Amino acid sequence: MIEVSGLTKAYGPTTVLDGIDFSVGDAQIAAIVGPSGAGKSTLARCINLLERPTGGTISVNGQELTSLSRRDLRAARRQIGTVFQSASLLRRLTAAQNVALPLRYVGLAEDEQRDRVRDLLDRVGLLDRANHYPAQLSGGQRQRVGLARGLALCPSVLLSDEATSGLDPDATRSILRLLMELRDDLGVTILVITHEMDVVRTVADAVAHLDHGRIVEHGAVGDVVRRSDSALSQALLPLPPAPAEGVRRTWRLRYSAPTVDPTWLAQVSRALHSDVAVLAALVEEHGTDQVGRLTVGLDASLDERQVAATFAAQGILASPVVAGVDELERAIA
Amino acid sequence: MTALVLGTPWSEVHTLLLPALWQTLLMVVIVMSIVVSLGLPLGLLIFNTSPRGLAPSPRVNASISWIANLGRSLPFLVLMAAIIPFTRLVVGTTIGIRAAIIPMSVAGVAFFARLVENAIRDVPDELLDVGQASGGSRWQIIRSIQLVEALPGLVAALTLNLVAMIEYSAIAGAIGAGGLGYLAVNYGYQQFDNHIMVSCIVLLIVLVQVIQFSGDRLVRALVH
Repeated sequence: MIEVSGLTKAYGPTTVLDGIDFSVGDAQIAAIVGPSGAGKSTLARCINLLERPTGGTISVNGQELTSLSRRDLRAARRQIGTVFQSASLLRRLTAAQNVALPLRYVGLAEDEQRDRVRDLLDRVGLLDRANHYPAQLSGGQRQRVGLARGLALCPSVLLSDEATSGLDPDATRSILRLLMELRDDLGVTILVITHEMDVVRTVADAVAHLDHGRIVEHGAVGDVVRRSDSALSQALLPLPPAPAEGVRRTWRLRYSAPTVDPTWLAQVSRALHSDVAVLAALVEEHGTDQVGRLTVGLDASLDERQVAATFAAQGILASPVVAGVDELERAIA
Repeated sequence: MTALVLGTPWSEVHTLLLPALWQTLLMVVIVMSIVVSLGLPLGLLIFNTSPRGLAPSPRVNASISWIANLGRSLPFLVLMAAIIPFTRLVVGTTIGIRAAIIPMSVAGVAFFARLVENAIRDVPDELLDVGQASGGSRWQIIRSIQLVEALPGLVAALTLNLVAMIEYSAIAGAIGAGGLGYLAVNYGYQQFDNHIMVSCIVLLIVLVQVIQFSGDRLVRALVH
């Protein structure tokens, strides 16, 4: 459980974080997204206490961390595992030695270190690479070693700071699968800091949008994607541009109910006595919820209110595309 | 007459050369042990009190840095003369090997401290973050991250410093420190003994080449 309250960080006159409030419940994955320069890295450094916040509090499992002495802070940091961007492994140590680093710091006995390192490398699927140096590992493997190191001291909170940026889709998937396993098997609370919306859609339970040092939007991912007027929602489920249609009127659809009857397309067609042309679509599962965004073409002579009502009956929010407004919407996304 | 012009017969060169080589090596080994034991901590202190270090402290950094610069600002010959009172205070004499060790150590420590600082500076900042986020103390991070990751750079620094100390030992020959430098100046230069001169030059070249070659090999072996 992480609770951040009123977190402020300023470097001289420049305020980088301006009163951040959020909390992540036990065994939850929360994502912080935002453009570069929004303050994401500073937030990460404040949460793992590499930087002292200027104001506000951070508590992990009820323990307030910002007011601790240097010595207590070191102990407190051990409750927070960090996976760094680009792994940050020591080049002159093997994978196993890298993972053992935090264990050496707490003075664990040699044989216990060996056992623990074995377990950790096994968890990330790299037991056969234990004696490889970072230069002999792929980017994804290095990142998994970094993850194993972050988990070495059984932290209750894991901070993943752009851990998947720069990885190929397969490597990203394997890291994300591991994060979900940690949440589900070990009940680890995970804070993912990322600029990749795919990552958020795949693993996050909750998401917060950081911009100019403030959280401008937040909520459960399932709720956020159904918001009609939200920039974060657009970013999470972007829609490819629809081809121009002559005789048809273009409509944008968005699933507004958590579950939508999968046969809605046929049902709507029957209700309207008119065919629905699907021009672009993105429909996927998020946990038990379905989320979707579509662009469809409908006969231009249909009554707008009737169309909207028909879709609403299926749990779908429909709005006709007005040329200028559509461009504006895309610009926001 | 011919013998006088050409110098010591080749068959007898080794009787002068070998003791001189031994003296040079002795001087360099003693100086290097002082240089490493003082220069390494000093270099670590300079880096770690800098803004990127583990315990930033502008004032401490500025003062140590200033001291390290002092030792490097004078040409060695001038430094040697300038600190004669200090040398006499420490070892009680101003000539011979014992007297040469003091100015050589002063110059060597200052030089090595800078080389160490440079080598540590090449360790990426993120690795220090890793150390801190993993719950390491500053001392643990210095030992397990800075010294480990910078080891190839430190060996390169040691090689460079070793070669510089051989050069300084030759200059120290001027104050009667013995060694190859003394031999080359006194016999080779002042008595026009070409055999001795050539032998000293060849031996110094070989010595430096061997040190540099071994140092480079070691650095390569340490990089993964």
